[in-house]
Amino acid sequence: MPEFILRRVLYSLVTLFILSGTIFLIVRLTGDPVALMAEASARPEDLARVRHQWGLDRSWPVQYVTFMQNALQGELGKSFNYRMPVSELYFQRLPNSLTLGLAATLISLLIGIPAGIISAVKVNTAWDNVAKGVALLGLSIPGFWLGLVLILVFSVWLRWLPTSGAGDWRHVVMPALALGWYFAASMLRLTRSSMLEVLGSEYIKLARLKGLPDFVVIAMHAFKNALIPVFTLAGVNMVVMINAAVIIEVIFAWPGIGRLLYEGIFQRDFPLVQGVVIMAGFMIIGINLVVDILYAFIDPRIRLTR
Amino acid sequence: MATIPADTRFASRRTATGRLRTVVKAAREAPLAAVVILGGLILVALLADLIAPYDPTTPVKGAEMFAPPFWMEGGSLAMPLGTDFQSRDILSRLIYGARVSLFVGLMGTLVAGSIGTALGILSGYVGGWVDQIIMRVTDAWLALPAIVFAIFLAALLGPSMWNIIIILGLVYWTRYARVIRGEVLTLRERDFVKLAEIAGASKLRVIKKHILPNVMNTATVLASLTVGVVIIAEASLSFLGVGVPPPQPAWGLMLSEARPTLMAGQWWLTVFPGVCILLIVLATQLFGDWLRVRLDPQLRNL
Repeated sequence: MPEFILRRVLYSLVTLFILSGTIFLIVRLTGDPVALMAEASARPEDLARVRHQWGLDRSWPVQYVTFMQNALQGELGKSFNYRMPVSELYFQRLPNSLTLGLAATLISLLIGIPAGIISAVKVNTAWDNVAKGVALLGLSIPGFWLGLVLILVFSVWLRWLPTSGAGDWRHVVMPALALGWYFAASMLRLTRSSMLEVLGSEYIKLARLKGLPDFVVIAMHAFKNALIPVFTLAGVNMVVMINAAVIIEVIFAWPGIGRLLYEGIFQRDFPLVQGVVIMAGFMIIGINLVVDILYAFIDPRIRLTR
Repeated sequence: MATIPADTRFASRRTATGRLRTVVKAAREAPLAAVVILGGLILVALLADLIAPYDPTTPVKGAEMFAPPFWMEGGSLAMPLGTDFQSRDILSRLIYGARVSLFVGLMGTLVAGSIGTALGILSGYVGGWVDQIIMRVTDAWLALPAIVFAIFLAALLGPSMWNIIIILGLVYWTRYARVIRGEVLTLRERDFVKLAEIAGASKLRVIKKHILPNVMNTATVLASLTVGVVIIAEASLSFLGVGVPPPQPAWGLMLSEARPTLMAGQWWLTVFPGVCILLIVLATQLFGDWLRVRLDPQLRNL
């Protein structure tokens, strides 16, 4: 087991190294941030001075090493635009993204799990077809368009919910639904296939042979085991939603890290953009590592395979 | 002297009419809704110049801004779906938008599929440290949410249709690489590959003659399921202002231009482009699901 954990951690570090190196390289390859930021009339001496100030006149490997050293200490550089550390900006916004991600995860579970279970228990009936239709729509309706339609219906026509900003629970409902919609479909599919697998297994057959009522078999025996992979995916999805909600946060003016990334892009604030993107990679590599190790604890077979 | 009768079971596939018959048979089994929607949209995209009533990028002369669809008060049949903030005809923009969406969707998928298939074959067939490097890079790519990665690249490269195609190709190749590598790992051990190697075929020849044809089905299925994802990604990028630049009639761009009017209740500007995206993605998903079951039983649980 220690060997397994060590190997996983090592893999994660390699992944992180490649990812940060790629991002670093892409940013450096696509142009001089100082020239992009400055006004056209700026004098060359001033540009050179700014470049020196930001450390951009040093060689790329040196810049990368400094960057990684700082990043590992939780220091992501200084935002061009806000004139303050990127990490400070990031952690100011993170709680909002966590709230939204958590709410969207709850919505995706509340839609996905019941629908998936009904679909699996009543497999190949009208219910199953309805659930399949919902799953298909989940993948086909763009989340951001769903957000716009929600605004139209609930804010403009019915005037029930505020259109944008953060505040009480009413601000969270629409962005969480728009964000969680797509993931609800993947929850539904996984719950259905996982339930079907468990329902076909020997111990469920035994439970049925014992004469236990359907409800007990499904709710007490099948449900628990079928939900292990579902909750694992929910955890991974939540981390993805926290980081990938850019367009939803823009539509609803939700002050999270997605919107911070968007602002950074339009202000050509490249330390900010770089920082937010690398933090996303950090979090997702982290959750994948945790999931891998947890699974190895649950299922010894995984430890033995490479 | 007895003659051995020719085996006619597979003969039909080898003649032109036989092949045509298989294609027709396959087409008849395809899901009707998906074929109708996809075929219709492809036709609309191809014939946009003929069927669009107005130029999609210039205002209609004498038309008002924000004219509603024809069935509402103030609408007219001359502009059946109304006009936008520059008094351009919405129907014409939607028609040309199909062209943008399909083109970016198909080309982006082609780029992603080519990169992913090439790397997957390389990784699976060559193995060793090449495999290690490619798989670690794939892991690193998968660690970023696709849309964040795409926005990041789009912001740095600047908005243009070809940039978007390349970016989406660079973002979405990972799934191909993983799945195809797995497939190649088993193909590599099969007798016909081993025999070709023993017969002295070069690695390149084995890949071209034996590996590639055998992973094409999988690649096709993956491609059919990627198109919809790429179309939504393009719409998202265009909506955020880092995708297809104005005044081109991209559906995502139309949605972004409609945002200020949403509060005023001018719903048609938001609803129509969205329904177009929904229909096209729904159709590709249905078609992809069907193709998956037909071409590759192993992928049924994907």
